[in-house]
Amino acid sequence: MRVLKLILKNSLRHKLRTSLTILGMAIAVMAFGVLRTVLDMWAESVEATAANRLITRQAVSFIFPLPYSYRDKIAKIPGVETVSFANWFQGTYKDKNNFFSRMAVDPETFFSVYPELLLNPKEFETFKQERNSCVVGSEIANQYGFKLGDVIPIDGDIYPGKWEFVVRGIYLPREKSTDATQMVFHWSYLDERMKQDMPGRAGNVGWYIVKIKDPSQSAIISDQIDALFTNSPNATKTETERAFTQNFISGLNSLLQAMNFVSFIIIGIIMLVLGNTMIMSARERTREYAVLKTLGFSAGHLVGLILGESLLIAVLGAGFGLLATYPIVAGIAAVMPKGFFPFFFVTPTTIVLGAAAALLVGLAASIFPIQRALSTKIVDGLRFLG
Amino acid sequence: MPNALIDIKNVFKSYWRDSIEIPVLNDITLEVHNGEFLALMGPSGSGKTTLLNLIAGIDRPSKGSLTVSGTNIAELGESALAKWRSQHVGFVFQFYNLLPVLTAFENVELPLLLTSLSKAERQKHVELVLNVVGLGDRLHHYPKQLSGGQEQRVAIARAIVTDPTLLVADEPTGDLDKHSAEEILVLLDRLNKEFKKTIVMVTHDPRAAERASIQHHLDKGELS
Repeated sequence: MRVLKLILKNSLRHKLRTSLTILGMAIAVMAFGVLRTVLDMWAESVEATAANRLITRQAVSFIFPLPYSYRDKIAKIPGVETVSFANWFQGTYKDKNNFFSRMAVDPETFFSVYPELLLNPKEFETFKQERNSCVVGSEIANQYGFKLGDVIPIDGDIYPGKWEFVVRGIYLPREKSTDATQMVFHWSYLDERMKQDMPGRAGNVGWYIVKIKDPSQSAIISDQIDALFTNSPNATKTETERAFTQNFISGLNSLLQAMNFVSFIIIGIIMLVLGNTMIMSARERTREYAVLKTLGFSAGHLVGLILGESLLIAVLGAGFGLLATYPIVAGIAAVMPKGFFPFFFVTPTTIVLGAAAALLVGLAASIFPIQRALSTKIVDGLRFLG
Repeated sequence: MPNALIDIKNVFKSYWRDSIEIPVLNDITLEVHNGEFLALMGPSGSGKTTLLNLIAGIDRPSKGSLTVSGTNIAELGESALAKWRSQHVGFVFQFYNLLPVLTAFENVELPLLLTSLSKAERQKHVELVLNVVGLGDRLHHYPKQLSGGQEQRVAIARAIVTDPTLLVADEPTGDLDKHSAEEILVLLDRLNKEFKKTIVMVTHDPRAAERASIQHHLDKGELS
């Protein structure tokens, strides 16, 4: 008990230095936590994919459309349960900063292939019946104050012109990791306008979402779908939703790797900050350690004193840092456009990683001071003037 | 003559600086018996502190035999030597060497943390020795709240709280004014005469040495 008290008193000997070290650690751990959260959210978006969904897109690039006529051909393949489709619409809602995904979809099938988007049956029926209606996720409804019956004006860019959609449904996310930031509307509403204004672009969809009965058949069914269109002008590439999402994210690989690297650089900085404090502390106490050894205190006692102090500072810094991570992440989520990350929250893994990193740093920062304290002869320590 | 408490035979001690051997003690032979108060005197660099460190078990001789209280401490390993020190030796340093973050009570209690005494027993021992050194009313004062003489008395209390076989003091009055130095010498004298403590003291001060029952002089590593 007295040793613990001595650890505490030693830690508080230079209050300003200890406070600044704890603050430095807290800021670094918080930065680590925020970076890990960003990385986690990308990983979560992959994890949130369903195993029984395949995505069929144009073989050359995701940005090229596929004919609507493919739908029935795909549906005939054995093992396919439902075929839905979607089309990226984009556009601007009032301001370019109001970013959320806007897609033209098949109203009949879209919510059945995405059961994690929970829509009230009554709202679903109304949505299906009105061609210019839309359904929005609960997060963007909260953010922009959308209510049932509201008209959402969109300035088209990929599909030029003024567009208006009536909110007829607000879906809820089934899981915390479900994207509740989408706006979906009738593909037929878009297609009709294309037929009138830009006939060359009519009759196309962005990609197909193929719900299959048995996820273990995904490779076979994917091959069968692509085989159907091998020699057509619009060859397809079909893959699982997970692979599709991973490929989409792979475009950001360099950025993700850089962020990963920076997060570990931060750990190194924490180690230097704490290591510097511990080395200074241990150096100042060279004579005291010699006195303790003279009194009969063992190497184990000295290790306990130095390691205990290092861990105490590390744990306090990590604790404050991780606590600060929550409001910072919440703040970032609040100001970041919805849809940039479908969800943004601190995962338990981030907390565990942050705490483990802090403990590791506490341990590593004490190694040199411990080695110095143990290797200094008592007579040399007693002569030490500091 | 009964067996000596400290029996030093043909002890040599030298230090190495780079590849140069610097002899400090040269063939020292000395006996100190129970209850004696020995003063080691000599000019700076004569080796008196080195000899004291060898007797106290915080340094090792280069050659020779050094038996204290029946144990040849030159042959003990590091951890055994640390344990031996905690049981047999009390130290008083020139600059007190109290831990500044601990109160007088906590400083004196430190050596007792290595024993199996209960908290209540430790408290009883600490209060007793602090009363012996006249600081019963300064239990919860920190070193910076005490005068130099009071700090040295706390250090003496810390040295005797485990009731060690031997008390070693390295220039215990070297950092004190005349009045405080006299108080410390009176206290050491009392510990020797009243509590029968064997004391080995290194000092420059002839008045301090006069308190001792035996005086030895060291010069260039040799006893005279």
